[in-house]
Amino acid sequence: MIKIANAQLWVHDQDEALAFYTQKLGFEVRSDVTLAEMGNFRWLAVGPAGQDDTSIVLMAIPGAPVMDSETADQVRELMGKGFAGTIFLTTEDCQASYEELKGRGVEFVEAPEERPYGIDSGFRDPSGNHFRLTQVREEALA
Amino acid sequence: MSFVPPARHLLRARDLADARYFEPLDVDDLARAAGLSRAHFSREFRRAFGEAPHSYLLTRRLERAAALLRTTDRSVTDVCFSVGLQSVGSFTTSFKRMFGESPTAYRVSFPPATLQARVPACVVRFYGRPQHRTFREDSGSARL
Repeated sequence: MIKIANAQLWVHDQDEALAFYTQKLGFEVRSDVTLAEMGNFRWLAVGPAGQDDTSIVLMAIPGAPVMDSETADQVRELMGKGFAGTIFLTTEDCQASYEELKGRGVEFVEAPEERPYGIDSGFRDPSGNHFRLTQVREEALA
Repeated sequence: MSFVPPARHLLRARDLADARYFEPLDVDDLARAAGLSRAHFSREFRRAFGEAPHSYLLTRRLERAAALLRTTDRSVTDVCFSVGLQSVGSFTTSFKRMFGESPTAYRVSFPPATLQARVPACVVRFYGRPQHRTFREDSGSARL
């Protein structure tokens, strides 16, 4: 059986991302390891409490020789514009999760709103990555 | 703290338009959110997203207005003010320009909003029960 283990997001600052994902979003740190022998590459992964087998890898945009500087600038620019990726989260109670995250300082782009598939809202991480937070309608799940 | 890409500030301005379109926001507010002067902001926004900030804000408002026209039975005036626009005349003009028909004609081309109301079963039972009438009442002696 093939499963999704990790999905990767670019972030422009791993410390800032770590603070956001743990303190504001309430995720757990799954792994935070810096490898001196690989030019201090830092493998940083976070995930929601209660869903142990899936995590998001918060990846710093590398420099040369991994990525040439022109490409790195393009990735940085796309990420800044909010077009570098989206993570779709679900919750049992969109309004309650919205209030909770908002109370912790998450800036929502869209407040919860009724959609044919459920109640949906949206926010961004500090790098500009887009998140949906959706309470999926039960008929839509069936 | 590492270098923040300039586009991130522009995205903050675009997000402000998306999140608070219903307030009396204008391009100056968006420029402030990006931390740029108005002229510089408009130029940079257009370069990043391919359209001027005022047109992004207006089309966001019109998109939201269209959704309200489809999903509610609120008046065109009410819809106009609910999306942060101040003048019904220019709302109607811009709506027509973007959607190819007036707000009223647009609304008519969709199924009535009442079909979308997810009214709980108890409400349907309470409010849907007809007033009891007898045949005698039909002859004009009806009394409530």
